[in-house]
Amino acid sequence: MEKEKKSEPVSKSVLKSAKEEETTRINVGPSPHFGHIHSTTRLMMTDVLIALVPVILVSLYVFQWFAVKQLMICILTCIGTEAACTRMRNRQSTLYDGSAVVTALILGLSLPATAPWYVAMIGSVVAIGIGKMVFGGLGMNLFNPAMVGRAFVMIAFAGVMSASGYELASTGVDALSQATPLNIFKQTGAITPIYDMFWGVTNGSIGETSAFACLLGGFYLVWRGVAAWEIPLGVIIAVIFWGTIGTIINPESQWTVLHHLFSGSLLFGAFFIATDPVTSPLSAKGRFQFGIGVGIILMLLRSFSGYPEGMMFAVLLMNALSPLINRWTIPKPFGVKTSRIL
Amino acid sequence: MNLFGRKKSFRGGVHPPGKKEFSRAAPIEILPPPDKVMLATLQNVGQPCQPIVKPRQRVVYGEKIGEGKAFVSASLHTPIAGVVQRMKTMTFPNGRHLPVMIVKAEGKQVDGEELVSEILGGEWPKDCMRLYEPMYIHDAISDAGIVGLGGAAFPTHIKITHESKQPINTLIINGCECEPYLTSDDRLMMDAPGPIISGTLLAARALGVKKMIIGVEDNKPRAIKALRKEAADTEIRIIALKTKYPQGSEKQLIGALTGKEILPGKLPGDVGVAINNVGTIAAVARAVARGKPLTHRVISVTGEGIVQPKNILTPIGVSVKTLIDFCGGLKPDAARVIAGGPMMGFAFTDLNTPVTKGTSGITVLTENEVRKEQETGCLRCGRCVDACPMHLVPTKLALASRYKALQVAEDYNIRACFECGSCAFICPAQIPLVQLIRSGKMYLAAKDRKAA
Ligand code: SF4
Ligand code: SF4
Repeated sequence: MEKEKKSEPVSKSVLKSAKEEETTRINVGPSPHFGHIHSTTRLMMTDVLIALVPVILVSLYVFQWFAVKQLMICILTCIGTEAACTRMRNRQSTLYDGSAVVTALILGLSLPATAPWYVAMIGSVVAIGIGKMVFGGLGMNLFNPAMVGRAFVMIAFAGVMSASGYELASTGVDALSQATPLNIFKQTGAITPIYDMFWGVTNGSIGETSAFACLLGGFYLVWRGVAAWEIPLGVIIAVIFWGTIGTIINPESQWTVLHHLFSGSLLFGAFFIATDPVTSPLSAKGRFQFGIGVGIILMLLRSFSGYPEGMMFAVLLMNALSPLINRWTIPKPFGVKTSRIL
Repeated sequence: MNLFGRKKSFRGGVHPPGKKEFSRAAPIEILPPPDKVMLATLQNVGQPCQPIVKPRQRVVYGEKIGEGKAFVSASLHTPIAGVVQRMKTMTFPNGRHLPVMIVKAEGKQVDGEELVSEILGGEWPKDCMRLYEPMYIHDAISDAGIVGLGGAAFPTHIKITHESKQPINTLIINGCECEPYLTSDDRLMMDAPGPIISGTLLAARALGVKKMIIGVEDNKPRAIKALRKEAADTEIRIIALKTKYPQGSEKQLIGALTGKEILPGKLPGDVGVAINNVGTIAAVARAVARGKPLTHRVISVTGEGIVQPKNILTPIGVSVKTLIDFCGGLKPDAARVIAGGPMMGFAFTDLNTPVTKGTSGITVLTENEVRKEQETGCLRCGRCVDACPMHLVPTKLALASRYKALQVAEDYNIRACFECGSCAFICPAQIPLVQLIRSGKMYLAAKDRKAA
């Protein structure tokens, strides 16, 4: 890396023949000489945080101090872990890019309110430490860090993270007294009113319950160009397609396409988790295929497995496929008939 | 315009702020004769010219002082009358050290109105093109030492020739000027459409083509109007293109106008197209119709860091400092002086460097524009992929270059990159993509040399 010698252009003053003092300030640097002022990693992460505000507000309203506890533990542990990792590897701190906080919030929001403190904490350490830093930090990881953390605690603490773990009758929080909408349906066949699912006054992982909040934040992300629209679109198309077929096969079922869309972290995952740029494909075409893939795996899991957390597995599986998708959706260079890589 | 009323364009690209407002409103002004000019012997792609004058020799305005002997080379002429000085070596913004011929002004100079009307004004031939023999046109261009004035500086007589190896069927004149800030072409089209139209007809005559297109970005409505008016009774079509960077890049422009894609490593001639910049074509008209060599060109001196941005008809070879002083000097917060525009231009290290035939502008940026955020890891967001007009994967190319994975870089067509800067411009992680890719290409070139 010594070869990139001119990489600190602004500070270097090169004029030796400085008769006039005005010329001494002139510096050199490589082209292009200016960049997009509204496009920086920090700003992207800030936009994600802004988009998460409605989701966080709903979670605070529905789960009250359970949500506060979950999010605080995740944020503090993630920041701590990232700082410790960079220090251990003797690298410059990477906290300023804001990605640790984003991971923390996504992880926190995808946990059940009832999960004990050590679940959030261990999940965070695994998310940052194993999900991101061992790969070499931001941009190098193959899997979505938050989902790595969540998958770990899901398996390690199967008891508290299972479907029944969501319930906790003896608190003042209403939502916690029932099972999640998907579970109620699985076990009893009863349908949660779509209205409740839209506004989010149901049980579930603390960030996933409100379709409204997820859509609001999601549209903001897409509007800002931070989340690639191809991914949520792909997911939603796949789910609507599958759901419609389900309705056609089984017209009596009360569980409609809308129930599919509004339940079990689908929208939260489609807009906030699957759209993680690092772990999704590079080209627009690839991202759309990625979205479709997430949607299909999710519906497969919902139809044939007992896990309401289909989203997590769907994203992780598609993450693993991303490099492959990248390979076959590599853009054709201008003027080239066939790409040499394929 | 096509079926959906959409302007012609290419896929990819970015929308940097235009910043044309600094100098667009300033009509072309003439620089008073300088007391000396410094003329590099190599101002074009290819071989340098051979000096044909000795120190202390007297030369008159427009006299040939360097002969372009090699095939890819261009002759050199002095823009002022004076006495030849000893040669010197100077460093140019692109990093090359070149021998420079110096002419010190002496005697009576052609100046002001006279010069403007000779270069841009008056009547230009638009009909009776049969009077001009193709060979005569070609020789006149060659004698005048004309090179591409859009920045590439490829000798023009190789492109506009009656004995082209490939059959040419379309002549495209490039008036896009897609680099931010620069307005010299825009101003030339507004103020002097005459030589542009005339030059286009002459070049078409030399090439024996019927189809003539002038492509202009749609952010230059006045230029389009002026050209359309001037071209009213000719067969030249003026086409407005979408304003997008890099619309003015040869391959992208040809693709947008003709739908033909040029393979990496191939030239416009391979798809039957000859392409020239508007400034170049105006110089062609001057050379053919008036027998004058390329001695002057229009340069925009613009940007946040300049006191009074201007478009200047300037003798080739004056120092950057002379031009800046003519524009009221630098502002206190000026931070970088660039030859050309901010996307592809090179920064000047020394303001005593002369401008060359290929200098289309001088852009002065302040600390505010050149400031860079801290680099972070690549987010793999794909913005660079969407932006690349060559449809490459810049992040892959840059990483491969950084870790010297030359085979990967080559497989991903690193050689097709023409360093337009779109990817680095858009990258949120502030990765110096162009710089990395450039270094990757350098490693590859070194490897090629070793293999040869
Ligand atoms: S634009 Fe920058 S951050 Fe995004 S993929 Fe390209 S190199 Fe990586
Ligand atoms: S600099 Fe090269 S890689 Fe980057 S956008 Fe331009 S052509 Fe593509």
